Amino acid sequence: MHYSGFRVLAEALRGGKGWRPFWRKAAPASEYDAIVIGGGGHGLATAYYLAREHGLARVAVLEKGWVGSGNVGRNTTIVRATYMIPGNQEFYSASLKMWETLAQDLNFNLMYSPRGLLQLFHSDGQRDAFARRGNAMLLQGDDAVLLDREGLRRLVPYLDYAQTRYPVHGALLHPRGGTVRHDAVAWAYARAADARGVDIIENCEVTGFDIAQGRVTGVQTTRGGIAAPRIGMAVAGRSGQLAARAGFRLPVESHILQAFVTEGLKPFIHHVISYGMGHFYISQSDKGGLVFGGDIDFYPSYAQRGNLPMAEHVMEAAMTLMPAIGRARVLRGWGGIMDMTPDGSPIIDHAPVAGLFLNTGWNYGGFKAIPASGLAFAHLIATGAPHALARRFRLDRFASGAVIDEEGTGATHHLH
Amino acid sequence: MRLTCPLCGARDRREFTWIGAASLLGRPAPGGDFVGWAHLRENPAGPLDELWLHNAGCGALLRGARDTVTHATAPLTLAGGAR
Repeated sequence: MHYSGFRVLAEALRGGKGWRPFWRKAAPASEYDAIVIGGGGHGLATAYYLAREHGLARVAVLEKGWVGSGNVGRNTTIVRATYMIPGNQEFYSASLKMWETLAQDLNFNLMYSPRGLLQLFHSDGQRDAFARRGNAMLLQGDDAVLLDREGLRRLVPYLDYAQTRYPVHGALLHPRGGTVRHDAVAWAYARAADARGVDIIENCEVTGFDIAQGRVTGVQTTRGGIAAPRIGMAVAGRSGQLAARAGFRLPVESHILQAFVTEGLKPFIHHVISYGMGHFYISQSDKGGLVFGGDIDFYPSYAQRGNLPMAEHVMEAAMTLMPAIGRARVLRGWGGIMDMTPDGSPIIDHAPVAGLFLNTGWNYGGFKAIPASGLAFAHLIATGAPHALARRFRLDRFASGAVIDEEGTGATHHLH
Repeated sequence: MRLTCPLCGARDRREFTWIGAASLLGRPAPGGDFVGWAHLRENPAGPLDELWLHNAGCGALLRGARDTVTHATAPLTLAGGAR
């Protein structure tokens, strides 16, 4: 079914009787050409591009819960291309370009909103670092504008410019950065993949792998065994557990990242703003709620909920930066499980077991990577060779030393 | 979350800094698997034997198990053993 304004009108006239579910409730077949484990953004995008770009006829997505129940529904919906290190730079740049046309591509309203991303700086040194980052972004072909204090004040007059502890000196503006409706991304990819014949199998947890002579031949699931010569893992924070079931370890620690939403307010934050002192970023959703978050809790956790110290830290940072929101009531807080790697960059590569492929280590930047990640991972699964965009996201880079350490914090998974 | 230091008693989590899994203490001999030791992780969903530094308290490096699913903690012990 093609969605359009005319379709909405036509369905309104006949009582909505023509609407159909976005995807079939598929039951697992006994065998597929390829299986993607994980029905989140990355997994569904991978399945879609496997069908569209590589013509694989029999593809299944196995999701242990329901589509969109993992990190694709637990993030703060920000998309941007503000990276500086080769490897990340071209990848996230390509991903942002894909976001710009994705709604048309998938025929689904993703509420894509390139509202501009402001990264504040608070010292001369930080300004220099952002000038350098902005130049790197310009060289990559993306956009960046270095704003001084007055230029920033014209855009966002409501920050506390009078405070002297962390004075706001200006910001790096990334005009094409913004937000996308996260649930819609999962639904749109699921619908588009389903339309190309992909079986999306929910409530189907992978409990083990069938491995013969070092090569994977299928998976064991809560809905029975399924055979496939090529199997991709795109399970975000659960990568370590799934790798353990296949008998190997990953350079991944699972940490908890919290986010919060306030009650709906009239529109007044028209950008995505990230604070340069303390880890805090905020945007306003189309519903009016302020969506904000901070850093990880700094200890491994699978709890999908955080502890009070980081929640307090985030609120304190918010009050330091924009006291105007002090009386907004927080409606919800939640945690997502982040797969943190030693250099803060992802892995899209062969697993140590032949026929098994890894898409992991997205730290807390996985959402904006979804389109390019799906494209690159599908290429790897279908051809066995890395996509040009993701050729540096190797598993063995920690042994070879070719790490992509955007923050320069070294082999400490939880400090990126 | 509160952690129990063997020297100071039960204290707020803010007093401690998470250092890593206790397997970090098993540094390999020269020529050993340094890549695995530095980078690869067991990353269990369940009890994790780990290290905490009581940096806003007594300064001791402590060791103990914590459940990564429930955040339930056991009393910590001195990572270097009692003197």
